[in-house]
Amino acid sequence: MSDIKIITANEAAAEAAALCRVQVIAAYPITPQTPVTEELAAMVERGDLKAEYLTVESEHSAMASIVGASQVGARVFTASSANGLLYMHEMLHWAAGSRLPVVLACVNRGVGAPWTILNDQQDSIAQRDTGWIQLYCRNNQEVLDTIIQAYRIAEQTLIPVMVCYDGFVLSHTNMPVEVPSQADVDRFLPPWQGQGLLEPEHFVNLNPLILSEPRPDAQGNLMPGYMELRHRLHEDILASLAVIQQTDYEFQQAFGRGWGGLLWGYRMDDAEHALVSMGSLALEATGAADSLRTQGLRTGVIGVRAYRPFPARALAQALARVKTVTVFEKDVSYGYAGALATDLKAALFDAGISVKFSGFVAGLGGRDVAADQIVQAATDAILNEPRYGWVDVRGASA
Amino acid sequence: MAETTKGPLFAESGPAPGEAGRTGDWRSHTPVIDHEKCSQKDTCLLCWLYCPDGVITPDFPLEIDVEYCKGCGVCAEECPRNAITMIEGRKTSASPKRS
Repeated sequence: MSDIKIITANEAAAEAAALCRVQVIAAYPITPQTPVTEELAAMVERGDLKAEYLTVESEHSAMASIVGASQVGARVFTASSANGLLYMHEMLHWAAGSRLPVVLACVNRGVGAPWTILNDQQDSIAQRDTGWIQLYCRNNQEVLDTIIQAYRIAEQTLIPVMVCYDGFVLSHTNMPVEVPSQADVDRFLPPWQGQGLLEPEHFVNLNPLILSEPRPDAQGNLMPGYMELRHRLHEDILASLAVIQQTDYEFQQAFGRGWGGLLWGYRMDDAEHALVSMGSLALEATGAADSLRTQGLRTGVIGVRAYRPFPARALAQALARVKTVTVFEKDVSYGYAGALATDLKAALFDAGISVKFSGFVAGLGGRDVAADQIVQAATDAILNEPRYGWVDVRGASA
Repeated sequence: MAETTKGPLFAESGPAPGEAGRTGDWRSHTPVIDHEKCSQKDTCLLCWLYCPDGVITPDFPLEIDVEYCKGCGVCAEECPRNAITMIEGRKTSASPKRS
């Protein structure tokens, strides 16, 4: 029996972690992630969730703690935002390099300086190259469902998963969310057996200093070189494209809801123009596509759900027949363009697809992005010269 | 995907002397034990306990394996009887015979 609750994405994330029977949680509060930590702390305090809740002194320690807990076989969870996530950066590499199935909820917030507590996706985009899988959610139901999927993906691939959702837009907005029963989640997600790495009778140095070349250890076993381990992680993250797709398919079989796997499309069947985005902004773009169609521009939307691994081939396939592609994203790689636009353009080039391509940075630091602003920018990009631009920059710097 | 047919997923090793090579080569100072000052009692053994390289054998008279001693000086610092002195240079023996 599932249960419909009117909850925020933060509450949905906490519910999901509890349904996944996480055993160790370590988190440091930061707006807008704080309610996730409060919910989970309350569940543990009430005895509703049998987990160890570690009140750590920093995000760096939060990730370090759950890395350790994961190494001894616990299912672990944490959440962060913005500068907190950035403070975890070193340990994000550590979790991925240790090949641990850690799941983190990133409640997307703009990065200081200057301080903002409001939403954009610069924080998680800045963690792109840490070796984590990154999944972006468009609504509260997808947040709950994706965290459950994330444990399946992480434990199958031994790659950590970051589940990203927009601060305030989703984190503090109530929506109806179907909360599955514990029995159904238990069937979908059996307990993790751990890697059996550390036992009292079995001593091992984890992540010792290694050299670039493979070499025998003191017992004569050939140890991989640093580069071989990096290559293995890269290959496995690429291979996780299939796992993410398959997990979403199996989730749909079990719960009757799927989220498109790697990406989702809206009115793409006959589209000549595509708007591409991630998270809640992609959902906003669907309204813009409807408006553009009333102006005679047959437009659809592609929402990118998996940003790492990047579904280059699936995106090229989805965009093979359009005349224009316009990306809207809440991040920027200073000195070039948005991260999604850059990656997508490369993917289309590799597939031999030549389209009129524009990329827009929008909604930084919580600047509201209305559907009509997307319409305006997209119309300009479709009808005029393609370009990289910004939406709604006001005043002297515009 | 977690199978190891394609080789290890991450780096691990068994703790063993020499795992990082002959680290005694790194030493600039060498610990020298004055066995007369040493309590020679296993109720002490602070040098053995604190040694980050595990190169002190807990039998009396104490011996330091200079093949792997990096010369950090923690043993000399911790010894309550000041029985260990760090002398300059990479000597080959940690307890040279007195002349």
